[in-house]
Amino acid sequence: MSSNGSVRIAGGQGFYGDTPRSVEGLLAEGIDYLCLEALAELTLAILQKDRQKDEARGFTKDLPAYLAAALPEVAAGRTKIITNAGGINPTGAARVASETAKQMGMHGLKIATVLGDDLMPRIDELAGATALAHLDSGARFADFPEPALFAAAYLGARPIVEALDRGADIVITGRCADAALFLAPLVHEHGWAWDDWDHLAAGTLVGHLLECSGQTAGGNLSRDWWTVPHPWDLPYPIAEVDADGVAVISKPKASGGRVSFDTVRHQLLYEVHDPARYLSPDVVADFTSATFSDEGDDRVRITGVRGAPATDTYKTLLAHHVGWAGETRVAFSWPEAREKATAAAAIFAQRVTESGLSVDEWCVELWGVDALGGPTVPATDAEPAEVVARVAWRCADQATAGLVGREMVPLTLGAPPAGMTGIGRGAARPTELLGIWPTLVEKSLVDSHVVVAVETS
Amino acid sequence: MTRLRLHELCGYRAGDKGDISNVALFADDAEVYDVIVAEVTAERVKEHFGAFVTGSVIRYEAANVLALNFVMHGALGGGGPRTLRSDSLGKSLGGALVRLEIEVPEALAERRAPRPDIGWAKAILEGLG
Repeated sequence: MSSNGSVRIAGGQGFYGDTPRSVEGLLAEGIDYLCLEALAELTLAILQKDRQKDEARGFTKDLPAYLAAALPEVAAGRTKIITNAGGINPTGAARVASETAKQMGMHGLKIATVLGDDLMPRIDELAGATALAHLDSGARFADFPEPALFAAAYLGARPIVEALDRGADIVITGRCADAALFLAPLVHEHGWAWDDWDHLAAGTLVGHLLECSGQTAGGNLSRDWWTVPHPWDLPYPIAEVDADGVAVISKPKASGGRVSFDTVRHQLLYEVHDPARYLSPDVVADFTSATFSDEGDDRVRITGVRGAPATDTYKTLLAHHVGWAGETRVAFSWPEAREKATAAAAIFAQRVTESGLSVDEWCVELWGVDALGGPTVPATDAEPAEVVARVAWRCADQATAGLVGREMVPLTLGAPPAGMTGIGRGAARPTELLGIWPTLVEKSLVDSHVVVAVETS
Repeated sequence: MTRLRLHELCGYRAGDKGDISNVALFADDAEVYDVIVAEVTAERVKEHFGAFVTGSVIRYEAANVLALNFVMHGALGGGGPRTLRSDSLGKSLGGALVRLEIEVPEALAERRAPRPDIGWAKAILEGLG
């Protein structure tokens, strides 16, 4: 905690595969808490496959790299780490964290795990107790098309705060709301009550701004994106939050990037639905109530955030197998590139149909014409300099998805349009498609199973 | 009145949750914000995206950051891990939105988005040899 009573928290990771190089710059600034957000919607499916191969896995493999960069500051008592890198195996992640500390010659660190978000072991019990209705379609779990690959509730900040209250230096969770990783240290340090809705909302808003790492500091910017300084050295953001919930977003000074009103508002609405009712497990935050003051010098002050009581449910995500996808691409240059690419896609699809291979869904895109813009692209007679036809397909089984792609190969010499050329280095192997099933589960069905364990390394 | 693409007046960012894409539209200033509140309705956005968006479009206002947020259901061909589209997360849908043309008052008729100056990028690439 700084001399004015503010807590300094940083977002050092925005997804599984982000760069641990971010950590050094953040630690050099002096931060009380380094929060590492590792789980996108899909990530649990990846981790589930890892654990099927090896029971000891199921957490994000880059956790030791982050720990190696940060542990000296942790051991010195200057910084604590909070991460959801535990995935579907926080206990396994804690074991690896302990080993990493040992290899670095550090002992006596308190490593906490939060368990209870993983609902897979209880899925039948829960399906009996609640509808598990799909949030968008309203379909009930009885209509769930395949066995669940994972089922995880987005827990809130409370178990993390419990771990910090018990002296944890490192807190490892599984699925929890991204913003909760950042709210928890603020609640722990400032002693905010669980019905102090405005402060919980302020901390949640700050967490939302930090959870996507570089996206608050000039990453994925529109408008004057080319003016962001040294974009190859994009910093990750820091928030200084006082006991009244007033926050200043900034970045390490010795870095590129930018923190401004514009970079902050770009992140404020990222992956948000109703900004006046941002639903988190801990509070319903009103992002439209906040005032953002650009103080210059890469500092934005946030005041006045209002909150309302949390709901009685946890958002929960399930996933199921849908099928197998393959794709292929061919390129044509001027003249008649668009027409040739269209014809080649059609010839390929017709060959597949006549071969008797069963395709459940097709997707034909013309890169260079309207692949990304679709119906929003105005019609034009202008001739593109080149066009890539990308064709993707879905099949029920992996083998068929692979065989479909082979039907493009003979077109190398056997396509009527002149000038067909490949791009890339051959067709990718089929990939598995997953359906996501978002639902709500009563907190009372989850909370009694949440366990916080603290062990000393 | 003049017709202008939203690109001349607004920034944008798209995000994904399951099969839902949200595209936020950031007005350059309060004058532009008033215009987009009047002009860029959920119905127009739904029409603009045509077959790309199979479900409903809901609009939210965030006046404190001069932004509109469009929540588009059925916008990602089934959602990131399920879709066959190359842009599986809909990252490009922000740019697609600002292609929309709206009527603007004469006071805004001369507004144009700044053109990228990427001299620094060219210098790096030339230095690669």
